[in-house]
Amino acid sequence: MTKPSSTTTLAPAALAPISKLWATVGHVLPWAIAIGFFFVAEGSLSIGTQIMIWILFALSLDLILGYAGIVTLGHAAFFGVGAYAAGLFSIHFSPDPLIGHIFAIVVSGLLGLVTGALILHTTGVTFLMLTLATVSLIFEFGNQTRWLTGGDDGLQGMRVDPIFGMFEFNIFGQTAYVYALVVLFIWFLFSWRLMHSPFGRSLDGIRQNSRRMRAIGTPVWWRLLAIYGISAAMAGSAGALLAHSTRFVGLSSLSLLTSGIVTVMLILGGTRKLYGAFIGAAIYYLVQDSTAKINPHFWEFIVGGMLIITVLFLEGGLMDLGRIGRRLISRFRQRSDLP
Amino acid sequence: MTVTSALSVRGLNKSFGALVVAQAIDVELAPGARVGLIGPNGAGKTTFVNLLTGFLKPDSGTIALEGTPIEAMSPEMRVQRGLARTHQINTLLREDTARDNVAIAIAERKKYAWRMMRYTPQWKHCTEQADALLRDMGIADVGSRQVRELPYGQQRLLEIAIALALKPRVLLLDEPAAGVPSEEAHRIHDVLAKLPSDIAILIIEHDMEVIFRFAREIIVLLQGRVLTRGAPAQIKDDPEVRAVYLGRTVV
Ligand SMILES: Nc1ncnc2c1ncn2[C@@H]1O[C@H](COP(=O)(O)OP(=O)(O)O)[C@@H](O)[C@H]1O
Ligand SMILES: [Mg+2]
Repeated sequence: MTKPSSTTTLAPAALAPISKLWATVGHVLPWAIAIGFFFVAEGSLSIGTQIMIWILFALSLDLILGYAGIVTLGHAAFFGVGAYAAGLFSIHFSPDPLIGHIFAIVVSGLLGLVTGALILHTTGVTFLMLTLATVSLIFEFGNQTRWLTGGDDGLQGMRVDPIFGMFEFNIFGQTAYVYALVVLFIWFLFSWRLMHSPFGRSLDGIRQNSRRMRAIGTPVWWRLLAIYGISAAMAGSAGALLAHSTRFVGLSSLSLLTSGIVTVMLILGGTRKLYGAFIGAAIYYLVQDSTAKINPHFWEFIVGGMLIITVLFLEGGLMDLGRIGRRLISRFRQRSDLP
Repeated sequence: MTVTSALSVRGLNKSFGALVVAQAIDVELAPGARVGLIGPNGAGKTTFVNLLTGFLKPDSGTIALEGTPIEAMSPEMRVQRGLARTHQINTLLREDTARDNVAIAIAERKKYAWRMMRYTPQWKHCTEQADALLRDMGIADVGSRQVRELPYGQQRLLEIAIALALKPRVLLLDEPAAGVPSEEAHRIHDVLAKLPSDIAILIIEHDMEVIFRFAREIIVLLQGRVLTRGAPAQIKDDPEVRAVYLGRTVV
């Protein structure tokens, strides 16, 4: 990826200066792992695809929860609606995954703008309750309209054409994996630029003190609406990836629990860093996958425990471990430099 | 109508339930005016600022900024039209640097804060102008420091710097030196004395010496009502004012 020249521009004073080397390593590592995984994973590529879908979903949440400080429990609405939009599009209009994907992005983005316009004038607990109501309403709508969505049986019978008419979604999941990786990468670059811009900074200002921002003439409501729509579109994109890669959409994609899970992932990894979504989603998924074999409920304890530790001791999520590690290393170096 | 007044307030009323906090208040600020607003705690001074800036909605009354009615406008539109304020209690972006607090205000004024993709040279311009402004205020050295680490007095100066960054036509200063130890307050008073002369300023201030020196007209507010108004000398000698207010603070 292009070397981000603006690593220090967001809340710079809060961060210890990161050396160029470390920053580069930090930027390259996740993508190197993702690309490397493609070649070594063989049978488990579909897990990788799932993880990337959740990363994208968590990334979209970071834009509103992390940067803009919009505390929501309704984000699954956009994820699920994106998935259903992609699924229904492939059944009723065209099996072309790219057109279906764009359709899903537009639908969920519009839904974000409409619901956001209705509720973004509120804040705090009121807003939280309204997001809850939104996602519950949409869930119930999906549940009741069996003829359209398949209700609790889920949406079946999706056909997905090869991408560009060339790359078939095969059973090994290579196409789905690369597709998800490319989409994630594009959204990541987009988010990075978006958050390292005057617009992103104004959102961060709104999170810190919206009264201050109004006093300097910021149209707070419009700014929040803009990022809410963008974030919803991104979540819908993640939903579309889910629909295309599994050829199935379940009601659970719209559930409150899904909202909760993506929030836990983001908090676990760390908010307001974009990469926090990567770490949080990956760890969550891997812990779930490895401990569920031992005991189906064991992973909940593990994840719950990690969440508590994170919230209590790591203000910036698991990504803080990296910073702590860096600090220890540099201290160790300094000490060994002494005569 | 020729625009001879920077800010014109007519018959402003506001109650919180049974508590009347603004009662038929009329205020005129000519361009470049220096008007002091005084009154005991709870008189409704901050509320008056909030009504003017749109953070509170008046029950009735009109507010015109350079001849344009603004009472139906959102706070941000009033700011964009040239009405800026400072806060009695610091209202700053505490996690950002002092420089960025000012730069964001400049970016917002220049309609540059909607830029969504990357920082461009324009943002750098904003930060340079912010540095220049901080220098004028005598706090150039704190530009790179996080606001929450700054001494209170410097945070108060930053409040004023942000308001000035908006290039206002009318500036409302709500107790700019509130909470600052008296040996440091002179720094703020020095800044007040040097404010651009073309800006119309309404200042709320408890230090009577400061306000008598700064203001050319003084309005005394009591329980949401204008008790009296006039030139500083006149207010100083007003027995009614002395009785309700000055008696306690002026030696
Ligand atoms: N939002 C509010 N709701 C109810 N009462 C308020 C509100 N804001 C201020 N008040 C009351 O209005 C009165 C005037 O307050 P204020 O304008 O802050 O006074 P001052 O700035 O002159 O000290 C006080 O009695 C205060 O308690
Ligand atoms: Mg007050």
